[in-house]
Amino acid sequence: MAALLNSLGFAKAPAATRVVVAMSGGVDSSVTAAMLKADGYDVVGMTMQLYDHGAATSKSKACCAGQDIYDARRVADRIGIPHYVVDYEGTFKSDVMERFADAYIAGETPVPCILCNQTVKFRDLLKAATDLDADALATGHYVRRVQGDHGSELHRAVDTDRDQSYFLFATTPAQLDMLRFPLGDLTKAETRALGMKLGLHVADKPDSQDICFVPNGSYADVIAKLRPHAAIAGDIVHMDGRVLGRHDGIIHFTVGQRRGLGVGGEVEPLYVVRLEPEAARVVVGPKQALLRNSFSVRGVNWLGGGEGPPAEGLAARVKLRNTQPPVPAQIFPGGVADHLLVVLAAPEGAVTPGQACVIYDGERVLGGGWIERPERERPHNQRGRQAVASV
Amino acid sequence: METSSGPEIVYLDTNATAPVRPSARAAIAQAMDRYGNPSSVHRSGRDARALVEDAREALAVAVGANPAQVIFTSGATEANALALHGLAGIRSILASAVEHPSVLAHVTAEDHVPVDAAGVINLAALDAALAVRPGPVLLAVMAANNETGVIQPLAEVVAIARRHGALVHCDAVQALGKMPLDMAVLGVDSMALSGHKIGAAKGIGALVLRPGLEAAAQSVGGGQERRRRAGTENTLGIAAFGAVLREIADIVAMAPRIAALRDHLERDLRTRVPALQLFGADGPRLPNTLCMALPGVSSETQIMALDLAHIAVSAGAACSSGKISPSHVLLAMGVAPDLAGCAIRVSLGWDTTAEELDRFKAVFEQVARKRAQAGGTPRSLIGSGA
Repeated sequence: MAALLNSLGFAKAPAATRVVVAMSGGVDSSVTAAMLKADGYDVVGMTMQLYDHGAATSKSKACCAGQDIYDARRVADRIGIPHYVVDYEGTFKSDVMERFADAYIAGETPVPCILCNQTVKFRDLLKAATDLDADALATGHYVRRVQGDHGSELHRAVDTDRDQSYFLFATTPAQLDMLRFPLGDLTKAETRALGMKLGLHVADKPDSQDICFVPNGSYADVIAKLRPHAAIAGDIVHMDGRVLGRHDGIIHFTVGQRRGLGVGGEVEPLYVVRLEPEAARVVVGPKQALLRNSFSVRGVNWLGGGEGPPAEGLAARVKLRNTQPPVPAQIFPGGVADHLLVVLAAPEGAVTPGQACVIYDGERVLGGGWIERPERERPHNQRGRQAVASV
Repeated sequence: METSSGPEIVYLDTNATAPVRPSARAAIAQAMDRYGNPSSVHRSGRDARALVEDAREALAVAVGANPAQVIFTSGATEANALALHGLAGIRSILASAVEHPSVLAHVTAEDHVPVDAAGVINLAALDAALAVRPGPVLLAVMAANNETGVIQPLAEVVAIARRHGALVHCDAVQALGKMPLDMAVLGVDSMALSGHKIGAAKGIGALVLRPGLEAAAQSVGGGQERRRRAGTENTLGIAAFGAVLREIADIVAMAPRIAALRDHLERDLRTRVPALQLFGADGPRLPNTLCMALPGVSSETQIMALDLAHIAVSAGAACSSGKISPSHVLLAMGVAPDLAGCAIRVSLGWDTTAEELDRFKAVFEQVARKRAQAGGTPRSLIGSGA
């Protein structure tokens, strides 16, 4: 039987295999669609309309669609596949943008791209693909899906610089069964070369930057629009209890941040060590105050087989933000459902609440969860008269 | 392009645009040889001018108007704009809530006259609105709706408007060719028409004025169209429009056949898909239009599934991005947004066959069956929350 599987792992001819490709208008998903079409698959392109582009860029007369949708459509025309724009503005707003805003308001630093993959992309778009009798949903992510002995596995991309596995940790096993990532074995340079060879006008289009719905980089403006009056001014407080200054709202700060605090005259450089939304306080301290040995993660998705890590713990590596290399850790079941306890082999200073902690066994993604605020583990003095030590 | 190959398409989107009729194709080919500028005094110009005037007369005959009062435009959007902005002495505009966006774009929401659940303009509300509004008022009411096919009671509308001294502009784009249309009989003051909806060509339309009424040019420059619309005439489009208008009686005569096909389709679907909700189906309606919702299946999904099976229908208002928003027409009829988001419009053409409708039915029933089986999103595909 194995010999009869096509390149996407289906026991039928490519022409009889319908693949929906999530086309963003960028080079990666365009090449994905073109490759699959060239391989003879029944390819259907879909582009998600996620937010009003005209409003986001403050051009009131501009179309709701950005250039990317037109690019996706032109690529679809060029390679000869049907292409549809699906409207997920409502769900994108509630599941991604508002949760992004609420996370900042709660003193966390969210990763909206993961929320988007988790909701609109792999829940709604995948359902749309199923509704059209598609066998698979393919994306232009740099990540690999490997057929293991016990089902589909998620692995890091061959191009480690481009690897997007961090953003895909929340993909469930059932979703993974239907997903395909044809670019996981390619480098970005190879993708662009393929795009050129396939005659795609987006072959040399620049990579997208930052968060798509924050086009000018000012995420605080986006939050203010979604949640007016959420930015409450408050004190910037040293861990030792001294009030050092004022701030315009904790949404402007991220744990680990050093610049832009506006407090001077201290001997040692100060970092944001904690955000206290209840008291609207930004707590700062020396660099070593950021160090944490262990933390809890919530909203866990487990891809390592079984129900989760064993009670005696699992030795693995964890990535605490996309741009950092994985570090050794022990993973334990959390006390509560959908939680895990992560104990780092060496203290880390980049444990930012709201970021994802993604767990790896070598190249394979075992799962991950969202880093919780330490305040939930240890209540603090609201009035801030006493020094409050961080974990 | 995808459209250039593959199986025959079952085209059920005539209200969006109709396939080009053979007479239009022949007229365009002929007009290409009459390349003169209709404003030129030489023979080439005169030949082109004659072609334009022949079409103008054909249009006047087709809709019971005076040729001198026919203004060719680039389409109905421009014709609507010319009426709403160009008619002299108008102080304010009222429009039915189910007008085409090219009309509604010129009025605010407070100037909408509501419709009832059947999609018919509320005559009492119209009467009341006109009574309190300082004149002169221009009232825009379409002859028949593009999404539901619902025919408006224009005679009553005109009678009420007359009582209040208001003018009536009628967007008759969808009515043309699908029902008898006589401007003198209807008593409206102006009428917007479109060529491509009757299989002429895109880029040609007309505003027709009641004798004695004038419209101020919105585009100025040359003196074309009796100084009411500057710009060299679209002779190819005008020739095609004229050719199809000469056949308009024959086209309208096909209405009973199309209505029978549509009614048969509707009966079948009602029986086989009991969940189906029909809109505007209980009153006077265009013979070719069927507007319906399949609860729980988004318009998007239905349209995509049908398209992949080579069947063309449409829904709501498509942005140039292709994004589909719930129909303002259905919302104005009091349809819940969720249900409106599951509506599609099937609009038959003059050449639609029973076999084509069978193909549509088969695919549509598959979509409906699948929905009934799935009963919602499988839990396994829903990721855990953050």
